[in-house]
Amino acid sequence: MSIDILWFVIVVTMFAVYAVLDGFNLGTGMVYLFVARTDLERRVVMKAIGPVWKGNEVWLVAGGGVLFLAFPKAFAAGFSGFYLALNMVLWVLIMRGLSIALRSHFPNSLWRDFWDTVFASSSVLLAMVLGAAVGNIIRGVPLAGDGYFFVPLWTTFMPGPTPGILDWFTVLMGLLTVAILAVHGANYLMIKTDAVIHSRASRIAVAGGWVVVLLTLVLMSTLPFVQPVLRHTYDTYPLGSILPMLSVTALAGALYFRRVGKETAVFFSWALFILGGLGSVAWGLFPNLLIATEDPTHSLTIYNTAASPYGLQVGLVWFSIGITMVIAYTTWVYLGFRGKVDRSSIEGNYE
Amino acid sequence: MTSALFYDRLQFAVTVIFHYLFPQLTMGLALLIFYLKSRAYWTHDAHYDQAGHFWTKIFALSFAFGVATGIPMEFQFGMNWAKFSTFAGGVIGQTLAMEGIFAFFLESTFLGVLLFGKKKFGPFIHWMAALMLLLGSWLSGLFVIATNAWMQHPVSYTIDHDGAVHVTSLWGLLTNPWLFWQFSHVMTAAVATGSFVMAAVGAYYLLSGIHLDSAKTFVRTGVVAGAGASLLLLFPTGHHEALQVFEHQPIKGAAFEGHFYTEAGADLVLLGQPNMDTLTIDNPLVAPQMLSFIIHKHFGAEIKGLTDFPREQWPDTMPLLYYAYHMMVGLGTIFLSLMLTALVLLWRGHLFQARWMLWALMLIAPFPYIATTAGWMTAELGRQPWLVYGLFRTAEGNSPLVGSGNVLFSLLGFLGLYLFLGLLFLFLFFEIISRGPAALSGTRSISEPMS
Ligand code: HDD
Ligand code: HEM
Ligand code: HEM
Repeated sequence: MSIDILWFVIVVTMFAVYAVLDGFNLGTGMVYLFVARTDLERRVVMKAIGPVWKGNEVWLVAGGGVLFLAFPKAFAAGFSGFYLALNMVLWVLIMRGLSIALRSHFPNSLWRDFWDTVFASSSVLLAMVLGAAVGNIIRGVPLAGDGYFFVPLWTTFMPGPTPGILDWFTVLMGLLTVAILAVHGANYLMIKTDAVIHSRASRIAVAGGWVVVLLTLVLMSTLPFVQPVLRHTYDTYPLGSILPMLSVTALAGALYFRRVGKETAVFFSWALFILGGLGSVAWGLFPNLLIATEDPTHSLTIYNTAASPYGLQVGLVWFSIGITMVIAYTTWVYLGFRGKVDRSSIEGNYE
Repeated sequence: MTSALFYDRLQFAVTVIFHYLFPQLTMGLALLIFYLKSRAYWTHDAHYDQAGHFWTKIFALSFAFGVATGIPMEFQFGMNWAKFSTFAGGVIGQTLAMEGIFAFFLESTFLGVLLFGKKKFGPFIHWMAALMLLLGSWLSGLFVIATNAWMQHPVSYTIDHDGAVHVTSLWGLLTNPWLFWQFSHVMTAAVATGSFVMAAVGAYYLLSGIHLDSAKTFVRTGVVAGAGASLLLLFPTGHHEALQVFEHQPIKGAAFEGHFYTEAGADLVLLGQPNMDTLTIDNPLVAPQMLSFIIHKHFGAEIKGLTDFPREQWPDTMPLLYYAYHMMVGLGTIFLSLMLTALVLLWRGHLFQARWMLWALMLIAPFPYIATTAGWMTAELGRQPWLVYGLFRTAEGNSPLVGSGNVLFSLLGFLGLYLFLGLLFLFLFFEIISRGPAALSGTRSISEPMS
């Protein structure tokens, strides 16, 4: 395996891990107002993600850094091309982070209502935009010969040669992402909480599961038309079909485990479903990073955007060391905080 | 200058200046908190534990804002500076990615442990979390300064056939001679900010006659660390920054000193306003021949003036650069005299009764922020017209297809959002201060969603 391919795998993995880890924070945010009604319940939910959400968000930041290291041209083209959408991602990300950090600062109910609403709405918006981003990457962008592009927020809502960031396909991808992550968050809360929060989360997870199945079927059937490259890659390299199969099996597994009431297994199957889905997309697009809608020779691939061999090699050395340490201490912290949220540390001690 | 470029520059300047307000406090406090936590851990003294706890809350608040405003910095490299990123990604991609993997994960993960883990993990791990936070935040500083140092003084690169640069030695990048003094100076400045703020809060409590025990610890710690930092800022770190500027970037040096004409025995301009029509300093107050002495240890040495260089190579905001530099150095001188006086008072046992000095310590707290911002303006405005010194011009670096209307849109968005964030931070900061260290003995914390 050449080193460019290895870095492609690393970049995809960083973002996929981000989707799984920050995914359950976002999902928690989406279902937050529904599963937690009283202030006490809301504090329990916040405490379920409190110690870990910041570390989870770093997978996005570090993923961006790794993309910059390995494929600088793709980083530059992609980030400048999606300029408007990314600015909004930044603003929403800022508000999301602050809402978690600040809501419990005062016992004042207006203060808390404000940040609760910010938390819920920014989570929905972020998931929507991240899903639409994946949709854009699948559909392709109008890259010019110099390797840059710029897409407006929307044009005709049709995925043609000069599309906008939002068209029917990317909007559907956004909705699917919202549904997937809402269930993911509910699954997480079922592990971390009990009593009424647990049962409300469970209802959302069950209903959401079917929405996800439905939307997935719809989108899968449109994929070959929106991006023929995908089908082409799978025809040429059928080995990759393992990934979509894995993803679908994980989805079925999650539905099954839910029926038999194995909550941890549900959570992990669902995570695998997300990883498998993103992996399938990556396999189908490989070796493209961004597909040009007008002239395929303008597409940015891992080969025409990669940094120098020395940079990739030395990067691989320190990255392997660094990420091993990260995985080690992150696992250790998760294990340290495992188990249901301890209500006794919350009740009564209002300030 | 096309207006898109102008807005790109303004947006980067606004967002990075705002971002840097927070890390300088967290990096400085990380050291002081580690000191307090260590004393608490080794001596089992509840007093230091409480002090460490109190400052951890302020740390967490500043950290939350630092993270929130840091992400736009990284994204902007691609969003607004696409051509620069294409050009330089082969080098600075390394240091920026290292920052993510080695520093941000560490900080963010162990902040969770520090805030939520006291009961779950016990005192040793809790102390270790403070150490990891110190390590993580200083490593962030190191990698980001390594990026900036490369832009100031590019080393260890080759240029490929497309005209992009690639790193030839990671070790060379991390041992860039520029980095050593820049990192030392920046981190010392961060310690100054942290300790000035700590001393100011202590002075406020003493003057108000509340939380006296904690207040004395804060003032003592703040004054000792603040005096040390102020000294190190001037010498050796600031002095060597100036030396390397004159060695490698003589135009920047001449511009920020307000030195227009090449001469032997150059005067050091202390005060005065640069006049860009006559190329002289109005209302000058100078120290005769001191500039030559400081840079070359010899009163008669020759120093090149701005007019020896073509005007299009001058930084395009020369007077602002000049003022920024003079503000930093002026403030540095004030800090040093104030803190040394406070140190003497502390040593003689008079500091806690010297109300005038406590007032001064309280009111000086915002000024390290101003000095630091002025210092960055010196470094960054002085680097113009280059984005990477001598290699790549700022005018070639911005994104080709992001039009001025779009950049203005995002710039206005950031201005509005950051105004809100700034007010919010101040409000919460003063709220924590007014609640005081004693009231905070519970499990509650600013960044802790619970309790
Ligand atoms: C509390 C803040 C503070 C104080 C009191 C000082 N500095 Fe400073 N200075 C900084 C905070 C700072 C900084 C923010 O950390 C900078 C910005 C970029 C850098 O490398 O450090 C800086 C930059 C900077 C530069 C520009 C380096 C470049 O262009 O790359 C010089 C020449 C000096 N400093 C010199 C001094 C001297 C001679 C001081 C005398 C007291 C001084 N500084 C006080
Ligand atoms: C250490 C990491 C930093 C990097 C990599 C960096 C990089 C850059 C870049 C790419 C620009 C835009 C292009 C230009 O105008 O030259 C810029 C401009 C600027 N930066 Fe930095 N910067 C860093 C830190 C800082 C900090 C911490 C501050 C201030 C607190 C600062 C102050 C400025 C200012 C004032 C400008 C505008 C200069 C101008 O437009 O003339 N920088 N910097
Ligand atoms: C253009 C330059 C800069 C970029 C691209 C940048 C990037 C970032 C990012 C992405 C974060 C959030 C990390 C997270 O999610 O945990 C962050 C936070 C942080 N940055 Fe920056 N930054 C810049 C300038 C600086 C400078 C000049 C320093 C210090 C010398 C610095 C020190 C820190 C620290 C210590 C944090 C942790 C949060 C905090 O302590 O407030 N940054 N930065």
